[in-house]
Amino acid sequence: MRKRKFRSWGPALLLVAPSLVLLGIFVYGFIGWNAKVSLTDWKGLTPSDTYVGLANYRELFADQTFRNDTRNLLVFTVVFIGGALLMGILLALLLDKGARGESVWRGVFLFPMAISFIATGIVWRWLLNSDPGAGTTGLNTVLDWFGLHSDWHKSPSAGAITAIALPAGWALSGYVMALFLAGLRGIPEELREAARVDGASERQVYWSVVRPMLTPVLMSALVILAHISLKTFDLIYAIAPLDARTETPALYMWLTSFRGGFFARGAAIATLLFLAIAVVVVPYIWYTSRKERTR
Amino acid sequence: MQLSRRKLLGAALGASAVAVLPACSNSGGDTKTAKKIEVYSWWSGPGEGEGLEALIAEFKKNNAGVEFVNAAVAGGSGTQAKQALTTRLLANDPPDSYQLHAGLEAATDIKAGKLEDLTYLYTQNGWTTKFPKGLIDKLTIDGKTYAVPVNIHRSNLLWYRPAKLAEWGITAPPKTWSEFLTQAVALKAKGIVPLSVGQTWTQLHLLENVLLGELGVPKYNGLWTGQTDWKSAEVTAALETFKKILAVAVVSTDDWQPTIDKVVAGSAAYNVMGDWAAGYLQGAKALKYKTDYDVVAAPGSTGVYNFLADSFTLPKGAPHRAQAEAWLKLCASAEGQDLFNPKKGSVPARLDSDKSKYTDYLAWALAEWQNTTTIVVGSFTHGVVANNAWKSEIEKAYGVFVQDKNTATFADAVAKAYAANK
Repeated sequence: MRKRKFRSWGPALLLVAPSLVLLGIFVYGFIGWNAKVSLTDWKGLTPSDTYVGLANYRELFADQTFRNDTRNLLVFTVVFIGGALLMGILLALLLDKGARGESVWRGVFLFPMAISFIATGIVWRWLLNSDPGAGTTGLNTVLDWFGLHSDWHKSPSAGAITAIALPAGWALSGYVMALFLAGLRGIPEELREAARVDGASERQVYWSVVRPMLTPVLMSALVILAHISLKTFDLIYAIAPLDARTETPALYMWLTSFRGGFFARGAAIATLLFLAIAVVVVPYIWYTSRKERTR
Repeated sequence: MQLSRRKLLGAALGASAVAVLPACSNSGGDTKTAKKIEVYSWWSGPGEGEGLEALIAEFKKNNAGVEFVNAAVAGGSGTQAKQALTTRLLANDPPDSYQLHAGLEAATDIKAGKLEDLTYLYTQNGWTTKFPKGLIDKLTIDGKTYAVPVNIHRSNLLWYRPAKLAEWGITAPPKTWSEFLTQAVALKAKGIVPLSVGQTWTQLHLLENVLLGELGVPKYNGLWTGQTDWKSAEVTAALETFKKILAVAVVSTDDWQPTIDKVVAGSAAYNVMGDWAAGYLQGAKALKYKTDYDVVAAPGSTGVYNFLADSFTLPKGAPHRAQAEAWLKLCASAEGQDLFNPKKGSVPARLDSDKSKYTDYLAWALAEWQNTTTIVVGSFTHGVVANNAWKSEIEKAYGVFVQDKNTATFADAVAKAYAANK
């Protein structure tokens, strides 16, 4: 009896064992180590083990820089997710209606995601140049035709980071489109037909038949975009390196650790970011796994 | 042309082989005796890159068969290089020699025990008398010297184009910051941006020189030793002036080269930058000193040399020690310094270098540096007067300052950070 049991789960366990061990060390082990560092007073090039409790966290919550960065991150997340979803859904709906050369367009809209965020950032740094007068280039050239000018991410307002959410949304709206297009194609044509036969208008078909069936897709898109947003580092760094107006906790973490040597503080920020991402991802995993079980 | 499957496979294999190669050269077959040296710096931009290349060429000539790995990380003032280096030092995987600013920036690494004591090289080669004593002191802790200085830079300089100034009806560059602000009004009226500033470190570079110009030498020095109160009325007034200057400037997120390019192009009138700009303007931009471009001490700092010095080190556990020593000897030699500095746009740290090699701006700089009436102060942005921890906290406070423009909180944060990190 026992032997048979091992035969059923043993080989499977052996097969996943290497990745389990690697994950255990390099993901969960380091998460734990990082959490431990965040409770010490490690500063400078020599690691310290002195336990200081939650002092680093208390300091962070009182830290104006951390507050600004968190505000920036929230603004960035809202604009980026909103923009990418809106553009993505719009593109998906248009393509779903049947465009000529659809596969070409799909590729065109997806390509921005294939470019690394660093390359995207370098190009957009030029597009978002805010020099006035003779130095006007990039998007401001277009705005100039209408007598407008934007300072983009260099504006003194608290929303300066929205300018950086622009390229992020640009890069990922194609991906959202692909997700929704797959979702739309997954809806049996018979359902729409049936609705139409029952006399539903095209708008009603989309609102009452298609929309509810896309909720799982929307959930996945939201979770994927949210965790990308919380982790975004390269794009912001490429567009505005070491600029406090567009700094997010991820950048602050890196700068304070590797530039100033405040490793314990950096670890505390990392732990907070990890928790923030967990808040987004864990309910989603729980929700999908429960659904799969009931299926 | 139609691609066959075999061709595609071949291309893919070739690409993956190329990807694997550099990984091999790092680990496989690289023993401590291999003829190789890795030198870490942040000299990759125009001007500085060429200076480093000249040194490397000389090194290769003297050390045939040694593979030279130029591990330069781009970014002015080491803004990117230092972070990358920290990870390597923490992992005890140091390069054979790395660039460091003389001063308290060096003190951080020395105190952490990451550097070898180089006093023996100084005694063996008689360097102790070849460099200015004050400079050696900045690289010395407890009687041990830990780095070899290559050059002297000046931070407090105002760059402009004489022809353009004349065109805009300005007779001479400003002597004080208030004079600058007066000129700024006239320039703005003509549609010219009075000053170009780049990313955060160039703003801090400007800030230190505004503080120097407004407060004068003793008060400026006191800022870094705790003797001048950051919250005092004078410092507050100087910071207010800085805000006014920033308000009339064009502030980008570029590094220093594109920022000074705006002065070259004539869209901005002035730029405050260190004298590495001279190497760039004469070399990459092919401009002539005095006719095409000119430079004066930053407003309020005539006769003051706000200095910084680059130096090279021998990290503990450097894999190729013999080559590293040869590199340091080249850096310290009069020949090496005379090869490097004219290209880099700096004056030599050595006192016995060949003066005829330094022409145009550098002739003036060398004369100013060696003039006994010149007062020498240390640069904040370039690691002379603040250690890394305090410096990064000031940068952080400055980030808040840029957004809320609150002078009092900035001064308070800087003073607190000094107490916590001195």
